[in-house]
Amino acid sequence: MDKVYQKIEDAIADVNDGATVAVAGFFACGVPRLLLKALINKGTKNLTLACGCGPMLGAADELKQLVKNKQLKKVIDSYGLYRSATKGREDSFEQAVRDGEIELEVYPMGTLAEKYRAAAAGVPAVYLPTGVGSIIEHSTITNISGKSIPKETRVFNGRTYILEYALKPDFAFIHAHTGDREGNLKYSKTARNFNPVMAAAAKVTIAEVENLVEVGIIDADSVHTPGIYIKRIVPVPRIDFRVSID
Amino acid sequence: MANNVKLEGIPREMIALRVSKEIQDGDYVNLGIGIPTLVSNWIEGRDIILQSEIGMLKTGPLAYDADVNQDLINASCQPVVELPGTVYFDILESFTMIRGGRMSMVVMGALQVNDKGDYAGWANPSRGLDVGNIGGSMDLCVGANKLFLAMEHVAVDGKLKIVKHLTFPPTTAGRVNKIFTDLAVIEVTPKGLLLKEVAPGLTAADVQSVTEPKLIISPELKEIEF
Repeated sequence: MDKVYQKIEDAIADVNDGATVAVAGFFACGVPRLLLKALINKGTKNLTLACGCGPMLGAADELKQLVKNKQLKKVIDSYGLYRSATKGREDSFEQAVRDGEIELEVYPMGTLAEKYRAAAAGVPAVYLPTGVGSIIEHSTITNISGKSIPKETRVFNGRTYILEYALKPDFAFIHAHTGDREGNLKYSKTARNFNPVMAAAAKVTIAEVENLVEVGIIDADSVHTPGIYIKRIVPVPRIDFRVSID
Repeated sequence: MANNVKLEGIPREMIALRVSKEIQDGDYVNLGIGIPTLVSNWIEGRDIILQSEIGMLKTGPLAYDADVNQDLINASCQPVVELPGTVYFDILESFTMIRGGRMSMVVMGALQVNDKGDYAGWANPSRGLDVGNIGGSMDLCVGANKLFLAMEHVAVDGKLKIVKHLTFPPTTAGRVNKIFTDLAVIEVTPKGLLLKEVAPGLTAADVQSVTEPKLIISPELKEIEF
């Protein structure tokens, strides 16, 4: 079995207008930057980016370009805005959110992780304790009025839990340190983060890897994501980026 | 409610030092963004393990220059180094630890806190957005065995942060155990806020003047001890 695509544009050829794409990474770390660049070049419109914790703040140049090209319809994230209000006011993404041109839907980080996990495991929804006593107990959080959806709760053993639905992206963009031709992946340090759960959650998962190796090279006990979850794999160069965000 | 008197308290680093004294050897601790992150400067060499929700246990100190690795950051997006015994894992494992109650202590920053132990930290309405950054804060509050806040007592604009009723959207309800500020150490009790320590040179009346709920003054009230 060989899942390697030499050209990144071929690997994303079927990411069409209106697609929901999971973008792995935690701020600057473990973000599939080259797949994002390919998506910018392809010019796909009406995109929903399903994130975990601010990968687009980490890939700020790519986000700026996506906003400028008006490719984004919606972003789902736990931490999608600059911490600094001053920096945020100058940011084109935040401006588009403020103007209602892009929808931003916000969840707690662990809730997002469970929403992807549920989709990955064929579970329709899960009850979570996170956010009870805050507004997320009552409805989803979004900048677009009228888009907020009421939440159901249920009491187990005297404690309230919130029903959160599975989130199944059409595609997932993954970044791994090493991958073999059959799609077995290994990540580096904290660049692992949302990559494994998103890889398992999406209908079609595309991984960019810094090191493409032959099957059998990655020690079988050290594979983080088994190749069964990976549809396509693309070798990419390791690029340097600024680690910090504001 | 605003206050014009500016009380001289302890610097942010010293708030962090005071919080570090509450941590027991053997504790697993998660530190939020802001003053809580500074706590890590005061626990080097102690038998305390820092969890970072990005997926790391035994998070090391900040990395500089040649030690910076773009695949190794803490949850505040700062480069860090690993230590002997550091473990990496994915986000599900990370929140299994967090929500599953494995954190001995969580220290967060806050915009507002009330006398019931509710606090607000994820969205500041003055930013003019109906959305904000939740990150891992709500999950950390749910799972923490002890939840501490480390924050300035009064906002930069002079507005009080320890209030009777939150006007900002809450992060969690009834979970805060202690509040550490530049002016005081306050415990959240079923009867209300118990003032236990004040910054050097301040009186209980000074702290009350910038605290909206009525404080219960501890009979053992003392200066903040480092």
